[in-house]
Amino acid sequence: MADDRLIIAGREFKSRLWVGTGKYKDFVETQKAIEASGADVVTVAVRRVNITDRSKENLLDYIDPKKYTILPNTAGCYSVEDAVRYSRLARAAGVSDLVKLEVLGDERTLFPDTAGLIEAAKILVKEGFIVLPYTNDDPIVAQKLVDVGCPAVMPLAAPIGSGLGIRNPYNLKIIMEMIKVPIIVDAGVGTASDAAFAMELGADAVLMNTAIAGAQDPLAMAEAMKYAVHAGRLAYKAGRIPRKLYATASSPIEGML
Amino acid sequence: MDSAIQIHVNGQARTWRSDTTVADLLHDLDIKTERVAVELNLEILDRATFDQRLLKDGDRLEILGFIGGGSL
Repeated sequence: MADDRLIIAGREFKSRLWVGTGKYKDFVETQKAIEASGADVVTVAVRRVNITDRSKENLLDYIDPKKYTILPNTAGCYSVEDAVRYSRLARAAGVSDLVKLEVLGDERTLFPDTAGLIEAAKILVKEGFIVLPYTNDDPIVAQKLVDVGCPAVMPLAAPIGSGLGIRNPYNLKIIMEMIKVPIIVDAGVGTASDAAFAMELGADAVLMNTAIAGAQDPLAMAEAMKYAVHAGRLAYKAGRIPRKLYATASSPIEGML
Repeated sequence: MDSAIQIHVNGQARTWRSDTTVADLLHDLDIKTERVAVELNLEILDRATFDQRLLKDGDRLEILGFIGGGSL
């Protein structure tokens, strides 16, 4: 499957596992985990630079933007205005026109405010951004995001950082069947089988952070996720057997005593 | 000697010399201009204009960069 590349808005991606850079012990661990995951897209947040202590190192000294596609996100934004402002700042900081758009609706669940998300996406698409929206597992909202110009949609599997896995495989499956742009399952994955399951359903990629960074051994989990996403993709392409209630013998009856 | 100006940088009140450009300020703060975004009184500045934008008394600057984060 060497040529099985993911293409979004004309850009090619080698890896179908995308990773976040939060919650790691330090930048060295971040770097090693990303390397072990094989991901070529990494998400980063936009925040104030520390102006009092300049001894602090920069994440991008460890994550080379020449080697990885840096995907800035609008994490922490609860309004259309904030999400648009952070997106513009991310672009001004000079990495690319890509943005992982989050407009959050509630602090406890971190579920997206989908009405605000569509509105913000519309504004940013008009400004030339490549908007990858973090959304709910709602097919209608996903279609509306495509209609306003998003070249991919990122529905959640479960709440961010929850590790609950694929809570609503049927909705995700409907999204994958209905929506004609790449679908990246984002947030909620807990372990390797969740990632494989998402890919088996037909997801084009999986984005995760906590499942790797929060594991007891992040480097080992990063590697597990790499194989899980690959295995899930292969299984999806291979085409699974239909489910049947009763047994079908796999050995012939002929030749028996 | 030039008079001083009062500015706000990332929410902190600072006193700076009056003939300072955005590029000077970043240099003084030891911040590399690549990979940061600067917002001056809510206007996002084009990096190419950093050395032309003179700061004035009461200016509010935000200097932002990328940090670790997936989703929040």
